[in-house]
Amino acid sequence: MGSAPDELEVSLWRGGEAGRYEAYRVPLKENQTVLDLVTWIQRYLDPTLSYRFACRVGMCGSCAMTVDGRPRWTCRTLVAKILKGRRLEIGPLQNLPVIKDLAADMRPFFEKWQRAKGVFAPSQTRREAPAKIPPQSALRIAADAAIECINCGICYAACDSVRWNRDYLGPAALNRAWTLLNDARDKGNAERLRAVSGKDGCHNCHSHQSCERHCPKALNPTASIAGLKRKTLEAYLTGRIAG
Amino acid sequence: MSARTLGHRRDPLWLAALLHRLSGVALAAFLPVHFLVLGLAIGGGGRLEGFLRWSEEPLVRLAEGGLVFLFTLHLLGGLRLLWIENFPWRGGQTGIALLAALVSAAAAFFFLLILF
Ligand code: SF4
Ligand code: SF4
Ligand code: FES
Repeated sequence: MGSAPDELEVSLWRGGEAGRYEAYRVPLKENQTVLDLVTWIQRYLDPTLSYRFACRVGMCGSCAMTVDGRPRWTCRTLVAKILKGRRLEIGPLQNLPVIKDLAADMRPFFEKWQRAKGVFAPSQTRREAPAKIPPQSALRIAADAAIECINCGICYAACDSVRWNRDYLGPAALNRAWTLLNDARDKGNAERLRAVSGKDGCHNCHSHQSCERHCPKALNPTASIAGLKRKTLEAYLTGRIAG
Repeated sequence: MSARTLGHRRDPLWLAALLHRLSGVALAAFLPVHFLVLGLAIGGGGRLEGFLRWSEEPLVRLAEGGLVFLFTLHLLGGLRLLWIENFPWRGGQTGIALLAALVSAAAAFFFLLILF
């Protein structure tokens, strides 16, 4: 299928797991994002196309898809910046089940946040005075570096360790666990260290850095996971967790 | 899915991980052969002598150069990983991995220079 100079051939994944790519022609416009292409197809060519987005400004993390083989946040990815030639292929995020078309099922991803104890465990109640965390404290600085995650699942889709072990907790959940481990107000660390050091925990990571390479928020889950590896080893050597 | 779904692997650091893995497998496969040759010395030197003469063939020497490359690459790659995982993060890992590959190539080159 050829395309006119001001047109693009966009192949979209259609169907569930056993779907296929289908090609569409979309007019090229200035400052067009990948999400704009998908939306145009849904508005003008096929209203049954399923995909997910909400904020369109890089905050909600819901619009991630596989674009020409790489996971990307589509609302903030300009077509002009990534286009090579006149074709683009857009599919659902990898390493997750496909619900339909471009919508991946994020449940396994969020279940792992729970399994990694990525939930704040407060050590105080609202009746006590707010905790004072000095911005320059080492813990605060470590947590800060990892805290801006928008739960988009891009790192998870780029991680080959997830591909090889579907039960591996993955970069995002472990990165979250790392922020809580450095949160002076949290009291869940004993349990958290046990959760992240298990068979499917941080020691599955091979430090490929694919997660860091693709994270749209420029976070570094590889560094967070390295921190977890050190902390879990320390906890093991001091007898706080069993082998 | 399509052949283009693995784009995240088009990255120097992914290649570094792959080479680390492959060089490790190659070295592990080489080790038993290495011990076998050393074992030749035990049953009288004759067979070892023969082997050592064979190992002076240019092609065999070239292969030894390859071995030096794989060994250095695996060693430096392993040190880089230990560094990442045990010390505060340092950026520029692509450059460091590239440097490790260059140093390995240089080590193999000098090894061959000395041999030939
Ligand atoms: S560094 Fe670890 S978590 Fe990140 S992509 Fe590689 S294996 Fe996955
Ligand atoms: S760490 Fe980055 S890539 Fe992973 S879910 Fe959070 S924002 Fe997305
Ligand atoms: S739509 Fe919210 S991050 Fe893209």
